[in-house]
Amino acid sequence: MGEPQQRHAKFSFGYSRHPDQDAASPVRHPVIIVGAGPVGLAAGIDLGQRGIPVVILDDADRIGEGSRGLCYSKRCLEVLDTLGAGDAVAGKGVDWKVGKVYFHDHEVYEFDLLPEPGHKMPAFVNLQQYYLEKYLVERIEQLDTVTVRWRNKVSAISQDAETVTIDIETPDGPYKLQADWLIAADGANSTLRKLMDIEFVGETFRDQFLIADIKMEADFPAVRRFWFEPPFHDGQSTLLHKQPDNVWRVDFQIGWDADPKEETKPEKVRARLDKMMEGRPYELEWLSVYTFQCRRNERFLYDRVIFAGDAAHQVSPFGARGANSGIEDSHNLAWKLALVIKGEAPASLLESYDAERIQAADVNIGHSTRSTDFLVPKSPGDKRLRDAALDLAVEFPFARRMVNSGRLHTAAHYDSALTTPDADPFGGTARLGDPAPDAPMTDAAGNPVWLLNALSRDFTLLHVANGAAPNVPEGLQLLTVGEDLKDREGLFAERYDATPGACYLMRPDQYLTARFRHFDRDRVEAALARARGGLNG
Amino acid sequence: MADLDTSSRFDNPDAAFQLVVDAHRTLDAEESARFNARLVLLLANHIGDMDVLKQAVEAAARSGR
Repeated sequence: MGEPQQRHAKFSFGYSRHPDQDAASPVRHPVIIVGAGPVGLAAGIDLGQRGIPVVILDDADRIGEGSRGLCYSKRCLEVLDTLGAGDAVAGKGVDWKVGKVYFHDHEVYEFDLLPEPGHKMPAFVNLQQYYLEKYLVERIEQLDTVTVRWRNKVSAISQDAETVTIDIETPDGPYKLQADWLIAADGANSTLRKLMDIEFVGETFRDQFLIADIKMEADFPAVRRFWFEPPFHDGQSTLLHKQPDNVWRVDFQIGWDADPKEETKPEKVRARLDKMMEGRPYELEWLSVYTFQCRRNERFLYDRVIFAGDAAHQVSPFGARGANSGIEDSHNLAWKLALVIKGEAPASLLESYDAERIQAADVNIGHSTRSTDFLVPKSPGDKRLRDAALDLAVEFPFARRMVNSGRLHTAAHYDSALTTPDADPFGGTARLGDPAPDAPMTDAAGNPVWLLNALSRDFTLLHVANGAAPNVPEGLQLLTVGEDLKDREGLFAERYDATPGACYLMRPDQYLTARFRHFDRDRVEAALARARGGLNG
Repeated sequence: MADLDTSSRFDNPDAAFQLVVDAHRTLDAEESARFNARLVLLLANHIGDMDVLKQAVEAAARSGR
């Protein structure tokens, strides 16, 4: 999002001088991450947990105020859970699953994301981005592999076949660092993207939205509410979301010609909010104006420099596809980069990051573009059709599926060269190239455990007990369902179409990459080698 | 691929035409346009076939030239 305002500090961190700044020649690190937002922090934790030392640089010394990335999806929460922050985020966040859509003064319909029971994580939680960042920073403080250097601003970058070299500005003056790999997670206005002269290609939509975080005692339910042309807002769109701490997030469409400076004057914002809130008292917490953009870099992988999150791709916010997809990027990247650094996979494995995450970015950009087109009709006829869908939706369910107030983030699917196509048919909801569906299990001691929490950080083979003891390749963790894990409610069997002897190969990012009706060491070994980028580590 | 059926399909085409015309009779230009938009979405959903819809969109665009 383009945010013209400087954000005030919500949580502050100190700059401190690092011995690297006094080194005679640039100190070299395996991985440097630029940007301590959700994506950079998540990537740092993920790599650090895999034993890779990581230095994270950020040009600020604070976590800024404002809700910003607000809605965290189930898949994102599952990823955060592997990083040790899932419980904190899900615990603090406001759980929601119902959305209501209004047109003029009436409700058009409501949708229920109908989260399936038997998963650890809810469909969505709302949480101010600063809390997420705080929990991730706290997690990093527990890891001796990861450090964050605040007020370290990258001012130049170069790379050759072996090394990335960067110039850094600090309050104490400049210094240089070198890295084997550099992750650019420095946001939508990425400095690295500019320094490397990478084109950010796509569409900017001719509209603007005003965001207000307001503190208010209100008994509104935890429901996403979206208004098309409500009476309280001069015929434009408005979104209302509940956040923790009695904070509400309101997004007002204000049109392309609105002046952001004028629109963020408190008296002007109050005039809009007073009409909407009908006399309820509230305090303004944070204001910002953004435009919609749907853009991405042509590639995410530029030799030893890897782009992730908003630095790689940007979408409009209605759909919660920004932070969620950025964190998916980090999760897709971390295990691959760790294997490459450890020499257990060829560097070409990183090409699959590029391919898989560009696929995901294009899906997100497609959804985001269609949502934005629906919110911002481009011609009178376009608007009439939009209104027709809204009018029909009151009575006819088919039209509700045409109404688009944001198609909410779901886990990315990868049509990937890493995946071994099914040789045997499988039913159930588990899909090759999707994240493994969660299921409630019990561990060997009889304690309840979630399937996703039981998977290892490396490749895992889930084997359904049939009396045999599969002779798995070295380095592959074996979990036998029926012994190590028991299918507490029969949901594992249902979701995975599990039969005795069936086995499922999970990637370190919990994606299902191969499955077989019966264990066969050669086939499992081949699938594992394929998922590791072709080299049998 | 299903084809758009452009043969005459109503037993009484005059009555079919009149039915739609009657719906517009009391509407001003904007109301008519909005009515048509609703009618188009209802009929498009009834057809429920992207190939047919695409041919209909092309035929409608072509005929107005």
